[in-house]
Amino acid sequence: MTETPSHPEDPSEGGPTGASEGTEGGAGNRGGGKGPRKGGRGPAGRAGAGRQAAYVVDAPLTTPSPSPGLVEVFRHRYLLRLLVRREIQARYSGSFLGLLWSYINPLSQFLIYYVVFGIIMGRNSVEAYAVHVFCGLVVVHFFTETFNAGTRSIVRNKALVRKMAVPKEMFPVASMLVSLYHVLPQVVILVVVCLFYGWTPDPLVPVALLLALAIVTCLATALAIVFSAANVFFRDFSSVVSILTNVVRFGVPMIYPFRDVASKLGDTLAAVYLWNPIADAVLLVQRAFWVGATPDPEASAATELPDHLWAYGGVMLVVSAVSLVLAQLIFRRLENKIPERLT
Amino acid sequence: MSFPESTSIVVENVSKEFTLRYQRTFKQVTVAKMRGEATKSRFKALDDVSFTVEQGESIGLMGLNGSGKSTLLTLINGVMRPDGGRVLTRGRIAGLIATGAGFHPQLTGRENIYLNAAVCGMTEKETDAKFDEIVDFASIGKHLDSQVGNYSSGMYARLGFAVAVNVDCDIFLADEALAVGDKPFKRKCLDKMQEIRDSGRTIFYVSHAAGSVRKMCDRVLVLENGRLGFDGPVDEGIHYVKYDSDDEDNDDDELGADV
Ligand SMILES: Nc1ncnc2c1ncn2[C@@H]1O[C@H](COP(=O)(O)OP(=O)(O)OP(=O)(O)O)[C@@H](O)[C@H]1O
Ligand SMILES: [Mg+2]
Repeated sequence: MTETPSHPEDPSEGGPTGASEGTEGGAGNRGGGKGPRKGGRGPAGRAGAGRQAAYVVDAPLTTPSPSPGLVEVFRHRYLLRLLVRREIQARYSGSFLGLLWSYINPLSQFLIYYVVFGIIMGRNSVEAYAVHVFCGLVVVHFFTETFNAGTRSIVRNKALVRKMAVPKEMFPVASMLVSLYHVLPQVVILVVVCLFYGWTPDPLVPVALLLALAIVTCLATALAIVFSAANVFFRDFSSVVSILTNVVRFGVPMIYPFRDVASKLGDTLAAVYLWNPIADAVLLVQRAFWVGATPDPEASAATELPDHLWAYGGVMLVVSAVSLVLAQLIFRRLENKIPERLT
Repeated sequence: MSFPESTSIVVENVSKEFTLRYQRTFKQVTVAKMRGEATKSRFKALDDVSFTVEQGESIGLMGLNGSGKSTLLTLINGVMRPDGGRVLTRGRIAGLIATGAGFHPQLTGRENIYLNAAVCGMTEKETDAKFDEIVDFASIGKHLDSQVGNYSSGMYARLGFAVAVNVDCDIFLADEALAVGDKPFKRKCLDKMQEIRDSGRTIFYVSHAAGSVRKMCDRVLVLENGRLGFDGPVDEGIHYVKYDSDDEDNDDDELGADV
């Protein structure tokens, strides 16, 4: 009665997922296992291990903490997907207009910029001004949403972070994906508006758009990762980020054309201006949509866009990707103290 | 150092230090610094704790409030890393540290089950397979498709518990899990935990109730101010923490009352 007949388990069966096999083996063992346990309680209790020969865990003995880094995040794809879906659902649950708010918000900003700068302050010198602004807004909105929501993400999910061993970069990345999810319909609206302006697409449109999105994705995720950790230690950082994102709106050629930057600041400062990756992303989107919507695309491309825009775009993609790597290194140093500082 | 196949948890010279901060704002810190007061101090919540656990053992972790039990579980769970020493575990870990962690009040019970199971490391397929069992265990009936925010705290706990006990894990951690919940549910939970134990999984059970530790465990660890004060058989362990005198007689009845 005492020794449970051991169920020989094939040790080659799967790693952690092999647990289900192990459980089945254990379940068969249940009736027999109970007897010796009760008898074995008390002073002899420590002999516990020998009785459980049937239950073999075929996994290595490792540290229970998840390994850091973005690679780990994408190994938890399923959880990431659920988190993103939860975020999207929860953000608008209980509101009557629901998901529509994610359009009303950028649309209202668009109207403000269009009415104030386009009509009242008379920026009529810019052709297809509405498209010009909207191109900028798609990029800026994606960036600021990721940066703002990402910065708060770990603190907001503290119930999870304090109790479960999930890679913590998961939360800023989920914020980025939620924002990205809202970008796509905006691009559709942009295309429709452009067609209304007589836009003729060229093969470089998707290249420019994807390059711009890649730059913003990398940079915004990098910033969100660093600031989400910093925000755990001092909540001041979320206020800093609100200010920064306000500055971003005016640091890109959205409400004013790039041509004015070059002519009013001079060539040197314009070159410095172009070291802002968000500005390049906006220009790339304008290259994709706005230029084609102006009456004379050839002339607009020549006068409105900076020389070497593609080169700038490529360099900025590299810069953003490097910053994403740096962000993970910084995050790794802060990460250890996060659970205990989240109160 | 190598360990045999049957080792489930290794805790080796582990210590964990927390920083206590007395002031947080800039103004308070400046004032305190000018007066020469300390603005923070460090203390060891865990101090050089070592033990190993074989697969299939069920450990009762006891100790007074603040002795470091929950801290030790978070280290084993992998949420925190030790400041000194190392923690090694084998297989998937689940448990009742986190009943309802990640429950989102605005989502329905059903959606939350999937989310919580994913947080515990289950795949979509595994959750699908276990779904009926989970719902059955929680027995929250028609509330399954309503928002979790409107649940009573007991129902909330039941749902979390139901997910946790149905995760296919190799190591099961329980930290004073049954504080809420009505009596039939507590009994059901203890039965389920015994079932988990008997299936050969390692159990780590934190409790102040001598009765249920006696029922559940075959080894007791006692923490005293972050140090491992006792490691051995159940009855001696309960004697060590002096919990054996008062509840000898009402043991069975009060089984779950102060789990
Ligand atoms: N994040 C933290 N920051 C600072 N101190 C902490 C933190 N977490 C726990 N402590 C301290 O560590 C000590 C041990 O706490 P812990 O929660 O492990 O105790 P416990 O044994 O679980 O107690 P209880 O029986 O009340 O649950 C306590 O003194 C507690 O104040
Ligand atoms: Mg505790």
